[in-house]
Amino acid sequence: MIKFFLMVNKQGQTRLAKYYEHVEINKRTVLETEVLKSCLFRSNEQCSFIEFKDFKLVCRRYAALLIVVGVNDTENEMAIYEFIHNFVEVLDEYFSRVTELDIMFNLDKVHIILDEMVLNGCIVETNRARILAPLLILDKMSES
Amino acid sequence: MVVSSLKLQDLIEEIRGAKTQAQEREVIQKECAHIRASFRDGDPLHRHRQLAKLLYVHMLGYPAHFGQMECLKLIASPRFTDKRVGYLGAMLLLDERQDAHLLITNSIKNDLSQGIQAVQGLALCTLSTVGSAEMCRDLATEVEKLLLQPGSYVRKKAVLTAVHMIRKVPELSNIFLPPCAQLLHERHHGILLGTITLITELCERSPAALKHFRKVVPQLVQILQTLVTTGYSVEHSISGVSDPFLQVQILRLLRILGRNHEESSEIMNDLLAQVATNTDTSRNAGNAVLFETVLTIMDIRSAAGLRVLAVNILGRFLLNNDKNIRYVALTSLLRMVQSDHSAVQRHRPTVVECLREPDASLSRRALELSLALVNSSNVRAMTQELQSFLESCLPDLRADCASGILLAAERFAPTKRWHIDTILRVLTTQPLVQVAAWCIGEYGDLLLEGGCEETEPLQVEEEKVLALLEKVLQSHMSLPATRGYALTALMKLSTRLRGDNNLSLPCHILELKGRLPSHSHATLWPSRIRQVVSIYGSCLDVELQQRAVEYNTLFRKYDHMRAAILEKMPLVERGGTQDEEAKESKEAQLSEAALVPTEPQASKLLDLLDLLDGTFGATQPPPALEPSPGGTLVHLLDLPCASPAPASIPNLRVFEREGLQLNLSFVRPPGTPALLLITVTAVNTSGADVTHFVCQAAVPKSFHLQLQAPSGDTVPAQGGLPVTQLLRILNPNKAPLRLKLRLTYNHFGQSVQEIFEVNNLPVEMWQ
Repeated sequence: MIKFFLMVNKQGQTRLAKYYEHVEINKRTVLETEVLKSCLFRSNEQCSFIEFKDFKLVCRRYAALLIVVGVNDTENEMAIYEFIHNFVEVLDEYFSRVTELDIMFNLDKVHIILDEMVLNGCIVETNRARILAPLLILDKMSES
Repeated sequence: MVVSSLKLQDLIEEIRGAKTQAQEREVIQKECAHIRASFRDGDPLHRHRQLAKLLYVHMLGYPAHFGQMECLKLIASPRFTDKRVGYLGAMLLLDERQDAHLLITNSIKNDLSQGIQAVQGLALCTLSTVGSAEMCRDLATEVEKLLLQPGSYVRKKAVLTAVHMIRKVPELSNIFLPPCAQLLHERHHGILLGTITLITELCERSPAALKHFRKVVPQLVQILQTLVTTGYSVEHSISGVSDPFLQVQILRLLRILGRNHEESSEIMNDLLAQVATNTDTSRNAGNAVLFETVLTIMDIRSAAGLRVLAVNILGRFLLNNDKNIRYVALTSLLRMVQSDHSAVQRHRPTVVECLREPDASLSRRALELSLALVNSSNVRAMTQELQSFLESCLPDLRADCASGILLAAERFAPTKRWHIDTILRVLTTQPLVQVAAWCIGEYGDLLLEGGCEETEPLQVEEEKVLALLEKVLQSHMSLPATRGYALTALMKLSTRLRGDNNLSLPCHILELKGRLPSHSHATLWPSRIRQVVSIYGSCLDVELQQRAVEYNTLFRKYDHMRAAILEKMPLVERGGTQDEEAKESKEAQLSEAALVPTEPQASKLLDLLDLLDGTFGATQPPPALEPSPGGTLVHLLDLPCASPAPASIPNLRVFEREGLQLNLSFVRPPGTPALLLITVTAVNTSGADVTHFVCQAAVPKSFHLQLQAPSGDTVPAQGGLPVTQLLRILNPNKAPLRLKLRLTYNHFGQSVQEIFEVNNLPVEMWQ
């Protein structure tokens, strides 16, 4: 089960935070800083799976953004690693060459995409076309 | 004054424009004030915009609880954009502990029954994230209806909402169990993925569900097979592997279903072999599927060939350049090392190489695995590798590595000398000095005698030893603890060194010590040590000062007690697993042997005691007769239970009647003067067998008697195989032995009972 999904930039500012298991609001910032500390100082040659307290972290870096997913023990880390890439590819298709600014200014759309892909900590949809279908309909409706 | 509200984009621009933290806070606080005002005014048109801004601010870490009621209002609004932001806000801001969340139950209910897919999707999403137990119970039937609707968009979400509901309220599993079978027939991958997760959750929660779902194993196998064998499918393939996420989920479910179940495991065998060989491993997706396959093979009752295949796959992973794959391989090997030890041993060289990785996660895993792989044949090589690792590794791993090396050395050390050498190499400077100082103090006399079994003896002078300890005391690098050790060691040496250990000589002779020959130093050691110790009586470190003052007092007032106080430590009982196991197995054997006769004999012997007169004492020491093996066997464990050595005391014939003879032979084992072993031999030279032969004995109160089981209860006729019985008598007080015997048996069709005292016992038996 996925516990949380974080997107953080190199300066430590959170760009997206989704928790699938309840964490108190003041504990969230603490958690995010600690997670950052373990993940930020990894080079590309190092392993992407880190053990953190009682769960595992899977991190993947894309230019200036670091995506960190916290999973519990039973989850297959390599599948989650692949899932992160899948997510980024979906974003890429929707925003056409996504950048950090795109994510910042369209946070609600990114949330919608993430909600389409992960429900309650489980992966539900990985097909790009199907994920983006409702979003494209929404866009058409708001334009007209 | 109406301030036109900022759009979300503009707010973000402003926040980004802030140069310092304080400026950012200012901007945000101003905006929050606007938002609060707007909420109070109740402007419906821009409400969603305000909430969106609030959510952004919340993500940055600022408090946003005042937006909760607005979420509710937005959810209830008919416009989709409002609903969208409202539900998002609900997911981010509300949780079970707030009371407000119950209020959205009604809205969700309405939205679920509305029939517009997008809206239903939103509602389901929110329900699965923040749904509390009461909400789940209320809305379970709605969700179940949605499970069977034709639209796949809603169904896949409904399935996962069901998963959440089961997690919160396990009783709802009954509602969601029946639809699963039908859902498995779907072709839509989203629904399949959700269904597999649902089945996994159900199986994990109840064993009954597990049994129910074992029936669908063939179906799952079929689905997985289609996935693996069909070619490139545009919809779901990721780097050439068709829907790896679904494959991984199915494999995980198969693992749960096949665990400890022969039948299901058999069905899966072929498929697992196929997946393992056909998956393309050049990309990460393929490796993910392969990893899950290996885990499944390990957990179910798979064929031996399949397990070998799995271990080989892991071996290949270990050689891969990608760090992630190596990490995953090391983790799985660690799980397997208990069950398939020899298979994992084959990969030991590669594991040891992984120790040299600079990456922290990898080296930690490699360390754990290496420690698990140490056994008596490879201990020398492994310890060398681990020691070089210890020098170069990260500080947080050092403690684990050191303790691991020491444990392994203790279990598998080929020689004592190697063990000690290893320990020495692991200890770094200060601990090494402390241990050395303690050893010198305790065993100083052995040190000065010289002589060591494996190398040439080194002759060490007392002078050198004392000078060394003084150097340690004075060195700047010594920690206070080290100094404490050195001081105590000096004190212990004052009693251990050769020569006259009293202080009768005056101190000024110490000045001449440099010029005097060594043998007259012997009498000066205590004075010298006392002088060194008294220097530290004014040391700034409180611990050292206290020690020095106390030791000085020991010299001054309690000199007569000094030797007793500074005596050597008693040897620690080296239990050790092997000794304990041997003891326990002996206890078990003996308890079985002694239990059987002592039980029936206990009651009979009490009768015997009634018959005996008072001189023998009415109560035997209970431990000799209790059925519990604990007390009695304490004595037995001191000695081997083999047949006694040849007697040095002559045999004695104590009884004879109608052809049945009873002989006693005596042994006193040399190691234990208090023990006497008597063997009673019954021989029958008559024409008829003696049956139901029972022999009992009684001894005076101060003795301990133990009767072992007789070799049989029938003495065959015509001098056949005699019946023997062993009596063990403990005589700690060396009192004169008196022995009374009682025999009962059947002979010539009659039952006979005889009681008599054994006279003429030779004196050697108890002296």
